[in-house]
Amino acid sequence: MGFLGLFSKPSPGVQVLPSGTVTVDRNNQILATTVSSACSEEVLQEIGDQVLTLFRHARKAQLPLSELTIHFSSLKITARELRGGAIIFLAPKHTFNAAS
Amino acid sequence: MESRHKVLIVDDDPAVLELYRDLLSQLPSRPEIFTTTSGARALAMLKSEGFRLLLCDLKMPRMDGLQVLSIVRRSFPELRTVVMTAVHNEEFRSRAYALGVDLFWLKPDTQQNMEMFLQCIESLLGRDDESGFRGVQSKSLMDLIQMECLSQSSTVLRITRGSLTGRIWIVSGELIDAETDGARGEMAFRRILEWKSGTFENLPSESGRERTITKPANALLLEAAQAMDEIAAPESQSAEDAEQADHRKTVWRLASLTRAGADFVVSLPNEGDGAKAEGWGTEATQELGAWMQHALEACSKLGHDLQAGSLANLDGRSLDHRIVLLPQDTKTYLVGWPSDVAASQLSEQSKQLVASWDS
Repeated sequence: MGFLGLFSKPSPGVQVLPSGTVTVDRNNQILATTVSSACSEEVLQEIGDQVLTLFRHARKAQLPLSELTIHFSSLKITARELRGGAIIFLAPKHTFNAAS
Repeated sequence: MESRHKVLIVDDDPAVLELYRDLLSQLPSRPEIFTTTSGARALAMLKSEGFRLLLCDLKMPRMDGLQVLSIVRRSFPELRTVVMTAVHNEEFRSRAYALGVDLFWLKPDTQQNMEMFLQCIESLLGRDDESGFRGVQSKSLMDLIQMECLSQSSTVLRITRGSLTGRIWIVSGELIDAETDGARGEMAFRRILEWKSGTFENLPSESGRERTITKPANALLLEAAQAMDEIAAPESQSAEDAEQADHRKTVWRLASLTRAGADFVVSLPNEGDGAKAEGWGTEATQELGAWMQHALEACSKLGHDLQAGSLANLDGRSLDHRIVLLPQDTKTYLVGWPSDVAASQLSEQSKQLVASWDS
């Protein structure tokens, strides 16, 4: 049914922050994810790439992290190291849960 | 001829653009209204004309409102921005404010909402044109205290620097007491004066406050100014004095670390590549500094690509430590804590430690 895409027009929308869990292996291959398919695989791989690199550089700096949490103004990214890969939790922050 | 402010409205619906053009052109300040249906065109117009205010819809094809605002915030930091949307979504609201918009407004659906919306827009347009004093700008804490003393006023000055708070009591122009972070009297006053920046507010005077400071305010201010001059102009000190001052500073910082219960602190100036990290309580300062630099770059890229706003802080856990990376105005700090410290308070404790670090 992919040919139907030929007739679709770009519809107005807002890029939604990813929400859910992504598991990546040491080569940043996505093994499993609960993030909506509205969020592209490239975005998830970029997140995986940055997280894995952060873990790798931390080991080089004599700080072998097992977990890290990045607090952006509107998104919290928590990542746990898994034998070279990582499980990554993505949680958008709303006004009512911004403190968490 | 009086210049009129220029307002740019971006919405993919031409009917909405027409409606807002009519409404906004009737504002008391009579702004010039420009409209466009695409984010890309809006960015081009912003480059070519000096606009005062941008009103932007969120849902637009190709480039959405948050993408437009993200670029606008970096390229035109002085421009006031307003999001107007029909999407009632808390996530979008917090993301828009995280991108630094001045106002997030649901498209008005009643006459009353419309009037309030127009008042807000008028206020955003005219904010800088109002006459009169809005506050004291670029004044040091010493200036403020001198002003209070010279005017013989009675007040309590509450000064806040990050998570540190101090209070200074002034009665009839005389400095009678100060308090901060467990210290009181002259010691507290000196500590507060060492803070380089922060905010202050005048609280009502307290009549029954016990007097702990007997020295005249001018004498204390003079002593503090001399001490600051010595720190600011190390070339006027002898090499021995400078070495002693450095030594005192290091001892003071290590004592602060111990008092707070932290293991190490590494600071990295926000000057980009080549900035040299300084560390206390760790031998891996340069390695940690390199990781901090990498983490800042990675988070900046992620925050920008995801439109998730700026980095508030990053925390992590290893076998031996819990760490908190805290970006501040001029430096970024990495604070290491023992692994058994409760995670819930780490961020706040780190902010407290860092707030007093360079004072």
